[in-house]
Parts: sequence; C-alpha cells; structure tokens
Amino acid sequence: MKLTVNGHEAYAYTGGKPFDATLPCIVFQHGALHDHSVWTLLARWFAHHGHAALAVDYPGHGRSGGPPLASVEALADWSLALLDAAGVREAAFVGHSAGSLVALEAAARRPDRATRLVLLATAYPMKVTEALLASARDTPLDAIQLMNVYSHSTIAAKPAHPGPGAWLHGGNQALMRRQQALQKGTNLFVNDFSLCDRYANGLQAAAQVRCPVTVLLGERDQMNAPRAAVELAQALKARVVMLPGGHALMQELPDAVLNELRTALR
Amino acid sequence: MPGPSNPAFDTLALHAGAAPDPATGARAVPIHLSTSFVFESSEHAASLFNMERAGHVYSRISNPTNAVLEERVAALEGGVGAIATASGQAALHLAVVTLAGAGSHIVASAALYGGSHNLLHYTLARFGIETTFVKPGDIDGWREAIRPTTRLLLGETLGNPGLDVLDIPTVSAIAHDARLPLLVDSTFTTPWLMQPFDHGADLIFHSATKFLSGHGTVVGGVLVDSGAFDWEASGRFPELTEPYDGFHGMVFSEESSVGGFLLRARREGLRDFGACMSPHTAWLVLQGIETLPLRMARHVENTRRIVQFLVSQPMVARVGYPELESHPDHALARRLLPRGCGSVFSFDLQGSRAQGQAFIEALRLFSHLANVGDCRSLVIHPASTTHFRMDDAALRQAGIGPGTIRLSIGLEDADDLIDDLKRALRAAQKAAA
Repeated sequence: MKLTVNGHEAYAYTGGKPFDATLPCIVFQHGALHDHSVWTLLARWFAHHGHAALAVDYPGHGRSGGPPLASVEALADWSLALLDAAGVREAAFVGHSAGSLVALEAAARRPDRATRLVLLATAYPMKVTEALLASARDTPLDAIQLMNVYSHSTIAAKPAHPGPGAWLHGGNQALMRRQQALQKGTNLFVNDFSLCDRYANGLQAAAQVRCPVTVLLGERDQMNAPRAAVELAQALKARVVMLPGGHALMQELPDAVLNELRTALR
Repeated sequence: MPGPSNPAFDTLALHAGAAPDPATGARAVPIHLSTSFVFESSEHAASLFNMERAGHVYSRISNPTNAVLEERVAALEGGVGAIATASGQAALHLAVVTLAGAGSHIVASAALYGGSHNLLHYTLARFGIETTFVKPGDIDGWREAIRPTTRLLLGETLGNPGLDVLDIPTVSAIAHDARLPLLVDSTFTTPWLMQPFDHGADLIFHSATKFLSGHGTVVGGVLVDSGAFDWEASGRFPELTEPYDGFHGMVFSEESSVGGFLLRARREGLRDFGACMSPHTAWLVLQGIETLPLRMARHVENTRRIVQFLVSQPMVARVGYPELESHPDHALARRLLPRGCGSVFSFDLQGSRAQGQAFIEALRLFSHLANVGDCRSLVIHPASTTHFRMDDAALRQAGIGPGTIRLSIGLEDADDLIDDLKRALRAAQKAAA
C-alpha cells in the first residue's frame, strides 16, 4: 500500500490483503539496511488472522521515497505520521534490531496509541564500533558481508525464509546490497548504523511506555548479545523470551517467532 | 576490519543447508521419499498453502531433501536460493517460462548445448517465444539483437562445442543497460571453477547430471537466482511485479524483494509444469557435491595432462582448450577461469571420418557415450553420432571436422588415460591405409 507521509511516498506491505483500518493494527518495523520483506511471512499470517498489517519501508528504503531519516526519534515520528496517513488510531509496534528502537520510541512518544510493544533482537544502548562505522564508510560491501556473518547463527536454518530452497545468508546479503545501492547520495549503511549508535533515549522512553511489552532475543545473537537487552527489558518490565537463534530471528526461526508474537499480541 | 568470515567453499559443499536430523540424529542428509507432509492442524494447513508459513506441503513444490540441495547450490554460487528440477533442460525451461511468454524474445549464444538449442530454436518458437542466436564473442551482436520484447540474454560459461568463454562482465553489462537479466548455463564450470554472479550474471542453471552429481548416475538440474536483478526497476516483468491471479493476487516482488523470481518459478512453474526432482536424485547430487572441490581439482589436473599429451601428437591437428594460447578466448579464460577450464574439450584428428571411428573403437578406458562430467572418462565422435546426418561441409559450418573427437576427462590415473589414447591413435593411423 502506498501512502503519503510528510510529503513523500511511503510504502507498507499489508500481508497480501487490502488494508482495513478497522481491524487491530500491527506495525512491523525493519532493521538497518532492510525493508518490509523481512516480515512478509509474519505480516501475511496476521493479515489473514484478523489483523491489519503494516510492514513499512522506512524513507529511503525499499519502495518508500524521501531521504533516509537520521535518528530513531525522526523515524518514530514518521511511523506515527504513517499511522495517521493510514487512518489508524492505535497499533501494536513490532520492531527488529534498529526497528526495535524505533518501535520503543514511537510507543513512548504516543503511549495512548500503542497497544503492544514487541522488541526483537534488541539492545540498549545499541552501540556500533568505530571500526565498523569506518568500514561502512570506506568499504560498505565488505561491511555488509561482515554484518551478514554476524547476523546468522547457522548455515542450515529450517524452514528457510521465505520458503524452502532459500539460502538465508545470500538473501540477507542481497537485500542489504540492494538497500545500499538505492541511495546515490547517502551511505545508507552509515546512516542506519549511526542512528542506532547515537540513540540515547532508551531508558527515558521505557519509562513512558504503558502497554504490555515482550522482548524476543536470540541466544546466539552476535550482533546484539542478549545481555545487552537486560537493562532495557527490566525498565520496560517486559516478558523476555530467549529463542535458539541468531540476530536474524524472523528468518532463522519463523515459526517460533510467530508463536511468540501470537502470545504477545493476544 | 577483521571479523568472522563466511564458511569457505569446501565447508559449504559439505554443510550448507544441512544439520543433523533433529528427529533421528542422522548425520547424513536423510532421503525424504514422501509425496506429502502432515499438517499440524487445519490452520497450519491453510497458512502453509497461503504462504503465511514456510514449510513443505507436496513434493512437486518442495521437499526437505531437495531443499538441502537447493540451499547448498545457492550457497556455493552466492545466490539467494535455488530450485531443483528434473533435468538441466527443465531448469532452463523453468527460467524461460517464468520470465517469458508468447510474443517474448530471447537473445542467446549460438554456442549452446544441442538440447538447449533445440528447446529455443524449435520448441519454444512453437509457443511464440522467439530466439535470436549470436556468436558469443560478437559483443555488438548481443547489443544489436535486443528488441523491446526481449526478456532474457542466455549463454554458457564455456560454450559448445568449441569452449567459447562467455565474456560475462561485458554481456551482463549489455543486458543490464537494456534492463534485462543474463542467464548462464554453468554446467561445464561448476561454482568451483567460476561463480558467474561475481561477474554480473543474474541467474544460473546447471545440468546437475554432470559434474555436480559427478558419477553418471542421475539426471537433474538446478536453477539459482542471485537476487541482484531489480525486477521492479526494470519495468519489463509484470509476471513478477504485478498481481498474479493464479495465487490470490500475489505480487512476488513485494513478497520477497530479492527472491521474487524464485517464488514465482516455484509457485507457478514447478507447480504447473511439474518438472520436479526426485528426492532420491537430490540425495545423489548432494553426495556428489560433497566431493566437488576434490573432484574438480582432479578433473582439471588430469585434463591438463591429456591436453599436453595431445598437443604433442603428430596425428592431432588441433586441440581446443582455452588454457592453450592457440584458443581464441585464451586471454578471457585467464581472467574468468583462473582455476581451470574444466575437463570437456574437443580435438581434431588428421584424417578421415573412418579414422575417427577407428580411434573411438580402439579406446578401452574411455567410454563411448553421450554424456560429460562423469568421474569416468568419456569420448564421442560427433561426425558419426550426434551429427551423423551432416555432410562434411555442414560439419565444418558447425565447427566440427570429420576427425573431431570430444573428450570428457575423468578421475582415473592420467598415465592410464594417456596409454589408452596412444593405443587409439595408433589404431587411427592404421585405419588410414
């Protein structure tokens, strides 16, 4: 579905069904150098089980226009503006990695509009090493390859995402390269990882959240080690679930994540 | 910056896509000889059918053993995924029909496997898909053959029968300038000798019958997608970017930004044409791939020995192997195929068609048959078999002489192979009388 948000075209995948703003809405927020397609199985399931799904492409990612936004706070405001454009008053916010910080900030800025908050593979602070940022600036394709290795805990995930025969490492690498190539004037890798690194409002935001919170962590996550989410999860009084996977939770464990989301969004 | 790296080729060849079976602990990949798979509930069934969950329903569409093979080949090629098919021909057909329909046009290398040429020139033409053939080295020819209806450029990494090396960087650039993908047949090279995606190809297919399985026991194919081609930006492929009535209005490029091609190929082409691979075949191909790095190294090592032997023989007029400076694509081969140019090549005997036949019949280790890429060495005399209806003039036009012999070098001791060739050369010499 195409919307206009802040004067730019914005895209949200609706799970293979026409969007119905009268149904309970779930906003799926992707991570750095990703787009809506990391959520398609889950968004599709919820769209066909009584929900309205909005798996967004952030500005400058996937099919959404406009320049990439440079802070978690700006992306949170954009997400709330997207809800306005879609005619949605309240929604559950579900975010992965960088998207988890955006979901957190959105739920904190408008606690009256957040029905549930689910943070996958999150960490706070979500610091990025200077060496990685330098690599992202100077040799982004090498940095993407490195991130791809860190993002996976196995070379034999079953069932593969989005279906049998998919090679997760190759899919993730191709997706990140595609996003990086979209922006001619901006290094999207640097933009997306810098906004994670700079975000400093996590604990203050947690104090503003009023809805039930679930945190899903991968016990073999090499990008955001589970221990890096402990303080935030405590501040949110979240239900914490450890899953036997790596950072790419939705790809490595699509069924387990679906089961936990069904519980969290019940 | 330093950090963990991807598993290397040899490791992926053994492990990609496979882990010990969680139900039984089986370490080797089990053969799932089951047509279908039990649903946990009605809801589970519906969500699998509607692509809300990933999983297996029916083995024509997907199968756990086949999925391991598909992931493994995708890993070795650097792709986003793959589809195993009943044969290499089925893989080519699946690629074409996913992207093209009646009124579409293909630009293909003229140096193709005969079966591929038949499919494009005769059979697909009957269904309204036209192909223009260009010499693989004719770069302007590739560019000039593209039409508004063109949907695909197609070539072989090493062409048939002369081992023309496809200039993939240049031909893919021509394709991409026209917002078209380049599909390559990588059967002769396998990912061990070349990974065409690194050079700009967008889609790859293999006859897994050959080096991937490697033992001359099965017929199969694999189609791999790089995920790099942007079907939406191209604007030429409504099959992938507009709602598909055959699957509840699904827009495949929305469902997977980098895997839409394979989703459509599986959900339409495999579903409807049904040229799927048997799980038993998939298992045999996997067995072959586990030793692919070792076998390919030996294939190339043996081939170099045989080529050097033949070059020194007075009865041999020409050896067509790109590692030789005399081959027209020698420089390109050095750039694109630094590990070697495979183990299939042809050479010309000086003499008559009868001498060629005498040569073949004197061989004892080389098997006279119509295949390549076996662990056993193979030989065929095109003038008396695959091209026997042609007179000498027509053979010359096809690049085949009355004494042209095609070899596929296997894994035997190279000295034994050379002894066999010596005996056959003597027999051919005697046949001149």
